[in-house]
Amino acid sequence: MVNGKRTLIIIPALNESGSIADVVGEVRGELPGVDVLVVDDGSTDRTAAVAAAAGARVAKLPYNLGVGGAMRLGYRYARDNDYDVAIQIDADGQHDPRYVPKLVDLLEDNDLVIGARFAGEGDYNVRGPRRWAMVMLSAVLSRVARTKLTDTTSGFRAANRRVIEMFAGWYPAEYLGDTVETLVHTARRGFRIRQVPVAMRKRMAGTPSHSPAKAMIYLGRAFAVLTLALIRR
Amino acid sequence: MKLTLVTGLTGLLLLGTIVELLRRRQLREKYGMLWLAVLIIVIPLSLFPRLLDNVAELLGVASGVSLVLFLGIVFLLLVCVHLSWEVSALEEETRTLAEDFALLRAQIDADRAARDELVSTDG
Repeated sequence: MVNGKRTLIIIPALNESGSIADVVGEVRGELPGVDVLVVDDGSTDRTAAVAAAAGARVAKLPYNLGVGGAMRLGYRYARDNDYDVAIQIDADGQHDPRYVPKLVDLLEDNDLVIGARFAGEGDYNVRGPRRWAMVMLSAVLSRVARTKLTDTTSGFRAANRRVIEMFAGWYPAEYLGDTVETLVHTARRGFRIRQVPVAMRKRMAGTPSHSPAKAMIYLGRAFAVLTLALIRR
Repeated sequence: MKLTLVTGLTGLLLLGTIVELLRRRQLREKYGMLWLAVLIIVIPLSLFPRLLDNVAELLGVASGVSLVLFLGIVFLLLVCVHLSWEVSALEEETRTLAEDFALLRAQIDADRAARDELVSTDG
């Protein structure tokens, strides 16, 4: 329970056995009344076993579906088990669970709340094509959602019952679909979206890529995904 | 004459292959029928390549053979798109199955854990 609401924390994880125990432990420590579901997205390491040992419920996919696939499974679990709120947190430890009550509070007047970096709290910097992609995405999506969105690809979000119901039936599995396309889809259906500034931490394990070529590809794909999302129904 | 022999025999060989695949139930009817229909059009053309010359002239194409080539490429492209579409549908189906499977496995794990706890508190 967070603020009297049955809350499920969904953590999609792919080969995160190095950090998943700490993330699950921290969430359970900070938020004693919540249930934690780790969706193991076809990991080849011991992610599922480590997560279960740390006290999480584990749903293990037989093969890799991508973040979107793992998240639809999480939302289906939330719907089937009658949760009021579902919160997505990354398995690499960059999201601080102490912000969760703040997200849940904002669900009173909103349907989907996004924990956003670059919104005042914490220090996080990107440059080059990756930055252009983020500027483009936030400009367009802010218009579509009629609210200020600065970190559209954030994997830290809270959904209420209505949005859980929608995501359980529809959640794209394609690249960037899980963030960009879901925002367009959600906004177009009249749901209220809101962002809240959060400080992001350094990842506990793994390294982000900094190759310029990859950044350009990212920009291209982000543009393609956004355009497709806008012309879709 | 030699060319007609080569194209005609190729057409008949393809026809035999499709029929045999259908006979062994290795091809779903919907695809088998499609290829049979194609071959029924293609085999007469391979024996009499001039058959489409009139139609070609009507469309402003210099020779019937070019027209057949053009139509063939368009048709193959459409078939490829159709197969991509089928694969997309299949991926969506297997995705749903994978999710169902993961949910069931999680449910079984939860039930087993609950039962073990019950046994240990009883004992």
